[in-house]
Amino acid sequence: MDYETIIGLEVHVELATASKVFCSCPVEFGAEPNTRVCPVCLGLPGTLPVLNKRAVEFAVRAALALNCEVHPTSQFARKNYFYPDMPKNYQISQYDRPLATGGYVEFEVDGRTVRVGIRRVHMEEDTGKLLHEGVEGGSLVDFNRAGVPLLEIVSEPDIRSPEEARLYLQELRAILLYTGVSDVRMEEGSLRCDANVSIRPRGSREWGTLTEVKNMNSFRSVERALAYEVQRQREVLESGGRVVRETRHWDEGRGVTFSSRSKEEAHDYRYFPEPDLLPLVLDPAWVREIGEKMPELPAQRRRRLVEEYGLPAYDAGVLTASKSLGDLFDRTVKLYDDAKAVSNWLMGEVSRVLRERDLDIERSPLTPENLAAMLRLIDDGTISGKIAKSVLEEMVDTGKEPRAIVEEKGLVQISDEGQLLPLVRRIIEENPGPVADYRGGKKKALGFLVGQVMKETKGKANPQLVNELFRRELG
Amino acid sequence: MGITKRDVEHVALLARLELAEEEKESFTRQLDRIIRHVDKLNELDTEGIPPTFHTLPELRCRLREDRVGEGLDREEALAGAPEREGDCFKVPPVIEDDRG
Ligand SMILES: [Zn+2]
Repeated sequence: MDYETIIGLEVHVELATASKVFCSCPVEFGAEPNTRVCPVCLGLPGTLPVLNKRAVEFAVRAALALNCEVHPTSQFARKNYFYPDMPKNYQISQYDRPLATGGYVEFEVDGRTVRVGIRRVHMEEDTGKLLHEGVEGGSLVDFNRAGVPLLEIVSEPDIRSPEEARLYLQELRAILLYTGVSDVRMEEGSLRCDANVSIRPRGSREWGTLTEVKNMNSFRSVERALAYEVQRQREVLESGGRVVRETRHWDEGRGVTFSSRSKEEAHDYRYFPEPDLLPLVLDPAWVREIGEKMPELPAQRRRRLVEEYGLPAYDAGVLTASKSLGDLFDRTVKLYDDAKAVSNWLMGEVSRVLRERDLDIERSPLTPENLAAMLRLIDDGTISGKIAKSVLEEMVDTGKEPRAIVEEKGLVQISDEGQLLPLVRRIIEENPGPVADYRGGKKKALGFLVGQVMKETKGKANPQLVNELFRRELG
Repeated sequence: MGITKRDVEHVALLARLELAEEEKESFTRQLDRIIRHVDKLNELDTEGIPPTFHTLPELRCRLREDRVGEGLDREEALAGAPEREGDCFKVPPVIEDDRG
């Protein structure tokens, strides 16, 4: 039977504030356990939360970027549960009156635009961290993360495949990065994602029973986990069984989801309005100002790269997906006219060199000035495209100017006929076979001969000139 | 609406409270009386009256600037812990999925 996949995603993302959401403890990744805590985030008696203005600003900015309606009044609520990751035994969140609702995210899948609705965006505090491993007779708690500001972004069940789920997340991540509200480092836990998954016979109007999949720690694992879960549900249905509503954890190593057999009763959070915080009333002028100061969003950049520079949609997509790559493009084309050449180098060699070195653009010494200078060296024939690759590597490793690298390493292209001609003649003499092939009409043999000259000159010979010399000598 | 013994057991479970049989009986009676008392409010006509989310409606949520301040050092933080191990608070063993 043909089934339709229905997926809704719940994303938690850490807001990039300096201090926590309800107290002034610093937010830092990797600090020593229990050294970023105070009476408020430890839930000591008599303390009161005070809301971080910047966290609100970031939340509003993200909500507007997600095309949501930001509500003039929203309300914090207590989510009550007994689990020692929160010293208060409740988490401050938002429930029936969230900050924002009714938005959407759009992205391309195989050339068509998919729109995924955003049901709600609300603020909450992160919890502490439990360490289970190697502990005798208990668990250990580190409260450094308790009170770190989070944004919860809940999608409508509009996602129709595991691939769409990944693309939605990538677009969401890009939006959050472009708006500067989060660093969105999934490996540091600053973006977490849970999924509600169900399937139903195609054409059916009724919803299937859904399962909640947790513990997916990368975009790739989201796609894999959802593909697994969809297939599992299909097999359950096809063997005449029924899907059980439950929470399932993704096991990255084994590549399976497994039931965590949690009691449904544990999900009764008994929300009630947080008495320690007054309703959050937003000044409409402030919200308008946040909207007006909105930085360029990924979709706008993609459009601009196509319209302003005539780049193919594919290039615009690749350059936009990474904000830093797109920024480098924008700065380089201001110094060097040929936008497509810049795009090709960024998508190709620059990305490769950085990937090989496991470097972020921001952390590499590569500058737009040097990149533009290198492209000009190719244009004026000082270096070949091939040599430029090693110049680029050197630029990334040392931050030196391309001209200095070329001079230092003696990489200047040989465009002197008097120097190349004897070499071309020698290669002709040494390779009678390919020469005969070429003369016999196999034009491909020329490539081999040119290659020999390039090899002898360690790539420095001007390839156009070498080509020309061979044609003349063999013609 | 009345409170039953099952409700009491449910709430006790959520709060991780262990109740003796006679406590369950007496809490059922007490909670039932409290709920019935509060239920009286439902007799009022609240048609057209906006819900009250806070008893200080004229006040707004105060915001603070995003500045880092002084917290507790680790020894101070752990001083009130019933049990500690190394740099951490120690709690009875829990299973990851209790949280839901
Ligand atoms: Zn604190």
